[in-house]
Amino acid sequence: MNEETKFMLKRITFYTFIFTVVAWIIIPIIISTLYGFSIKEDYYNPEKILPTTFTVKYVKTLLITLGALEGIKNSVIVAVMTIAISFILGIPAGYAVAKFIFPGKDTIKLSIVALRMFPIPVMAIPLVILYIRLNLIDTLFGVALAHTAMALPFVVLITSSIFAGVSKELEEAAMVFGLTRLGSFFKITLPLALPGLAAAAMFTFVMSWNEVFVASILTLSQRTLPAQILSIMAGASGGAAPDYYKFAAAFIMILPAITFIFFARKYLVTMWGITLK
Amino acid sequence: MKIKSSYLPYFLVLPAFAYLLFFVGYPLVQALYIAFTQNGQLSLATVRKTFADPYFWEALKYTIALAGVIVPSQVGLALILALGVNRVFKGKDFTIYALTIPLTISDVAAGLIWYSMLSPSGFLNKLLLNIGIINNPIYFFGYQYRHMEFLAIVLAELWRATSIVFVIILAGLQMISREYLEAAEVFGADYWTRLKKIVIPLLKPSIQSALIIRTLFAMQIFGIVWILAGRDIPILAGEGFYRLTELKEYDVASIYALVIAGLSILLGALYIKFMKAEYLEVKR
Repeated sequence: MNEETKFMLKRITFYTFIFTVVAWIIIPIIISTLYGFSIKEDYYNPEKILPTTFTVKYVKTLLITLGALEGIKNSVIVAVMTIAISFILGIPAGYAVAKFIFPGKDTIKLSIVALRMFPIPVMAIPLVILYIRLNLIDTLFGVALAHTAMALPFVVLITSSIFAGVSKELEEAAMVFGLTRLGSFFKITLPLALPGLAAAAMFTFVMSWNEVFVASILTLSQRTLPAQILSIMAGASGGAAPDYYKFAAAFIMILPAITFIFFARKYLVTMWGITLK
Repeated sequence: MKIKSSYLPYFLVLPAFAYLLFFVGYPLVQALYIAFTQNGQLSLATVRKTFADPYFWEALKYTIALAGVIVPSQVGLALILALGVNRVFKGKDFTIYALTIPLTISDVAAGLIWYSMLSPSGFLNKLLLNIGIINNPIYFFGYQYRHMEFLAIVLAELWRATSIVFVIILAGLQMISREYLEAAEVFGADYWTRLKKIVIPLLKPSIQSALIIRTLFAMQIFGIVWILAGRDIPILAGEGFYRLTELKEYDVASIYALVIAGLSILLGALYIKFMKAEYLEVKR
């Protein structure tokens, strides 16, 4: 075997590997989407690997009759509230960690990360009792408060690294020209940090959008989409809904997530690389 | 702008810190109280009740077994993927995009997607039947096929959560200076030597944190199991959920929560021990 064939062989192996991996990720998404829109007869026909007749019937039933549309609305409300609360609390903390030196800083930063390590079920179960007492049970605000606890450490860490990335010279220049620290924050730092903050907000959105345990436990009538899908699809015993509704549900759930990653993909590696090193 | 200020930073950090402390501290105290008291008296009755239930031990066993199978496979797979992708080739951007798609797919959705692949009338069975590899569909779901359900959960979790490990390791890989590798190449080290002597040692922090993050989340695995197996495969979070929502047993549910917390704190201690917190911000 000469050098050239060896080289070609290596190339072919490499591209086969890449192709297999990409197919492994993408095919399930395509298949479940196709099944979500296929008619029942096609799905149960053992001869037909891929459906040929399509319908929006199941997606529509799921959205309207089974209340997924209501769930989407609730999910969006919860996610927006989560972003708002966690940014109001998290941005000052992130700014402080990025721009100040103070005793106990490392401890505080580490504690914030450590508090995130606390598992969600542990948080959620006792919260039920507190929420009953506070009349927060079965409210979207209650779910948002819990989701904030989940998202906040992430927001602090990511905003701190975003603020740290804004050059100090610009801020100092602004302050030399007569802006106060607060003024320079709003006029200089914030606008420059905005794209990064937008990515962090999108990520917070997806985190809240995907969360199911807290949402399922804290609500009954006001359910977010995953909580509602979970209760429709798997009662206590599992497998309650017919298969083709499951695929329609999968489609409804992944659409916004995939859209998000398309817009935010530029930031993903840096975001996680910095926050979770 | 290294300003030494006495109180301002604390004032800025305090709200977030207090919020987190409340949402972690209060539930913890409350869970301990519910779990270890009865009618206001200190009591181990709930603990005994929980431990006497075979479901508890099954749940503990399956939670650990799932983590034991899924986490090492994910890290190994992600390492191979990251090393494969970390070079210049046609379609690199698209490949990375595709590999990060599952990052935003929830466990519930991933469960549903893999159900469409593996169900008796699903894609895999129809494909294999039609090319004639099998004569009867492979059954992945149902109590009598628990081993297959276990396999289905592993497949779905590998598909869904390998991407986060991949991203962490890829970020670590990209921080390794090219100069080390070039120097090694000049001195005649082949690919495997470079991998063993330079890349893997420098990747260690990334691999460690990926390992521990995934193990922590594996302790609370819920949606994917609930969708694919229900209670056929009991897990800690699932049993806690069931006890709370179906049976209204707050006390037993609290014990489940505390067991998850215990396992997590154990692993969290490891996380803090190994995590090197190097951020971009100013240093003392």
